[in-house]
Amino acid sequence: MRAWLWLLCLTGLAWSAPGLIEVKGGRFTPLYSLEQGPNQQPRSVVVKPFQIQSKAVTNQDYLEFVTENPQWRRSRVATVFVESNYLKHWQSDLAFEPGLAHRPVVFVSWFAARAYCQARGLRLPTILEWEFVGLASERHEDGQADRDFQKRILDWYSRPARLDLPEVSDTFRNVYGVYGLHGVIWEWVDDFQSVMLSGEGREGGGLDRALYCAAGVSGSANPQDYAGYMRYAFRSSLQGRYCLANLGFRCAQGDPSTKGRRR
Amino acid sequence: MSQDRLLSPQWLSIALGLLLIGCAGPKPGETGTDTPAKAGSSAIQGEEVAVLTDAPNVPPPIERKHATKVIVNLEVKEAEAELADGVKYTFWTFGGKVPGKFIRIREGDFVEFHLANHPSSKMPHNIDLHAVTGPGGGAHASFTAPGHETTFSFAAINPGLYVYHCATAPVGMHIANGMYGLILVEPKEGLPKVDREFYVMQSEFYTRGDYGRRGLQPFSMEKAIQEKADYVVFNGSVGAMAGDNAVQAKVGETVRLFVGNGGPNLVSSFHVIGEIFDTVYSEGGTTKNHHVQTTLVPAGGSAITEFKVEVPGSLILVDHSIFRAFNKGAIGMIKVEGEENKDIYSGKLNDAVYHGEGGAIQSMPDGKAPTAPVAKSKEDRIRLGQALFKQHCVACHLDAGQGIPNVFPPLAKSDYLNADPLRGASAVVNGLSGKVTVNGAVYDSVMPKLQVSDEEAANVITYVLNNFGNKGGEVTPEQVKKVRK
Repeated sequence: MRAWLWLLCLTGLAWSAPGLIEVKGGRFTPLYSLEQGPNQQPRSVVVKPFQIQSKAVTNQDYLEFVTENPQWRRSRVATVFVESNYLKHWQSDLAFEPGLAHRPVVFVSWFAARAYCQARGLRLPTILEWEFVGLASERHEDGQADRDFQKRILDWYSRPARLDLPEVSDTFRNVYGVYGLHGVIWEWVDDFQSVMLSGEGREGGGLDRALYCAAGVSGSANPQDYAGYMRYAFRSSLQGRYCLANLGFRCAQGDPSTKGRRR
Repeated sequence: MSQDRLLSPQWLSIALGLLLIGCAGPKPGETGTDTPAKAGSSAIQGEEVAVLTDAPNVPPPIERKHATKVIVNLEVKEAEAELADGVKYTFWTFGGKVPGKFIRIREGDFVEFHLANHPSSKMPHNIDLHAVTGPGGGAHASFTAPGHETTFSFAAINPGLYVYHCATAPVGMHIANGMYGLILVEPKEGLPKVDREFYVMQSEFYTRGDYGRRGLQPFSMEKAIQEKADYVVFNGSVGAMAGDNAVQAKVGETVRLFVGNGGPNLVSSFHVIGEIFDTVYSEGGTTKNHHVQTTLVPAGGSAITEFKVEVPGSLILVDHSIFRAFNKGAIGMIKVEGEENKDIYSGKLNDAVYHGEGGAIQSMPDGKAPTAPVAKSKEDRIRLGQALFKQHCVACHLDAGQGIPNVFPPLAKSDYLNADPLRGASAVVNGLSGKVTVNGAVYDSVMPKLQVSDEEAANVITYVLNNFGNKGGEVTPEQVKKVRK
């Protein structure tokens, strides 16, 4: 299956091919979850098998999308879906500096990312899927015990954002064959607002407090997973139309429902 | 009273009414200039933009006699800068520097707070001001993604000196990277007039490499959790308030220090060597304590100290948990200029032999006094000098002779020493004060003369000459004798 897709990719039969990687899923305990145990600790959940793009969507990929879908061009896009800095790094509706072609597309909103995936018959990964595949280091599906791996992730989070992003294939590759999940850009997920606050959802549940001060520790699975905290904090600061310098996405496929998760 | 009664519509409306009356701030959505009048007890008049300053400077005292609407614009920026000489660190800042900008407002003011997060930031940030009465101290309301700006308002109900900090998860890391500062809510009647005001904020840093390890040092989560700080500093870096960066005052002036402690972990034993605080506003509140030597400044807390400087010289600010001062960087300086006042401080008047058992000459029971070892060779000298070095020199020049930037010059690879080793010998036996230039940096402090013999001085200088990357060679007791004044 993988080889077949790669072939498609190489021969250019699919649009910049989806390049999907099979992830068999499994049980894990996310840092935060709507599903909580007795002491407000997150319960472990089962992630069903899914496929995820091996690489983040590039400017070239995105250019093909806006070429086919004019309503997502910079000059035509509805402002309810994007902020004014949508595709700010492009020169015009359909042009960017040649060097950017294989670098991840950024300055895209959640609405735009979602539309892109839909147009490709795909969808955005869920938080749980992203976190599940994000656990993997170069050698292990669960890299949580690999302190060196954790340290590297943390180091990236600690540095200011860079504008000169690397090409998507020139990044860290985990054991599944998924590139650049850590150390390049933040990535949109489908349900980025589900684990806690955002805009009006703020006063909804107890979880909104989870990311502030000490309250965060009692509601989380692993108080020492600082990299995890940062991802959850980052996502919760977003709104659907935000376009940021370091925020891109990749698509996924498969039935996203997970056992023990409210839908 | 039954549950039903409590929840009846009448009760609910009364309770709601009480809530509204009790609510000091404006209701959400009411940010116009006409509504804040309800905020404090006195009416809000006019509007102004807060003057913000970087440490050690403090915005000017507030002269107005009424409350106003104050607009505060604060920008969060992640930036690389020096933590110590040759040591770089990626700081997360409120306003571009550590500590964050000093904010000065008046009790009763209504503050419209704008928090901008620079587009180049990697992280979302927010601000929890301890001066805010409300959930999270503003943290919820100010949660801001990179490249965005949020606004919230609060009434400054309580006077005092308050810490503010970032409260985005992981909170410890945001604070450890430099996200804290001070906000002063001046009491309605104002603070007593003083001649000088300074902003001093202590905090500690946890780096992958140990103290002094050069290059860009990443944050060490392990050390932060274990509370093993590599650096404890005033105003964001080693030497930020020492040497050329020392603050100035004149004899006879009154000085007020707004002291904060950003932590993230350590409590400060704040002390100024050579001064007694005439007044301390304990923990930054309104209780005044007098004649204080050392005041505790909790992590996430503050103190205001006031004193009159009576004699010239350098006053040294330290955390009197003293290894932090001499080994981790917690040193600041106030240079006081003016006339000597011998009635208050004489300086050294006399240096005479002290006979612990009385004035008569004593001798040991067996008639032999122990003699100090005398070096027979250069190697001997180096060996004997090592012990003396550890005894006398390490406290200030540190164990590898690296010194403390801007405070104590290095003995390691020292151009000053290598050019003329006898200058070093002279410093040991005669003391040294005033400006010297060592390896390109100017030091202006005092080294007291050491009570050592010519032999001992020769040994310790020879030891230093043959260690720490210096050029080698030997200094003899005869040479020391010649330079001794």
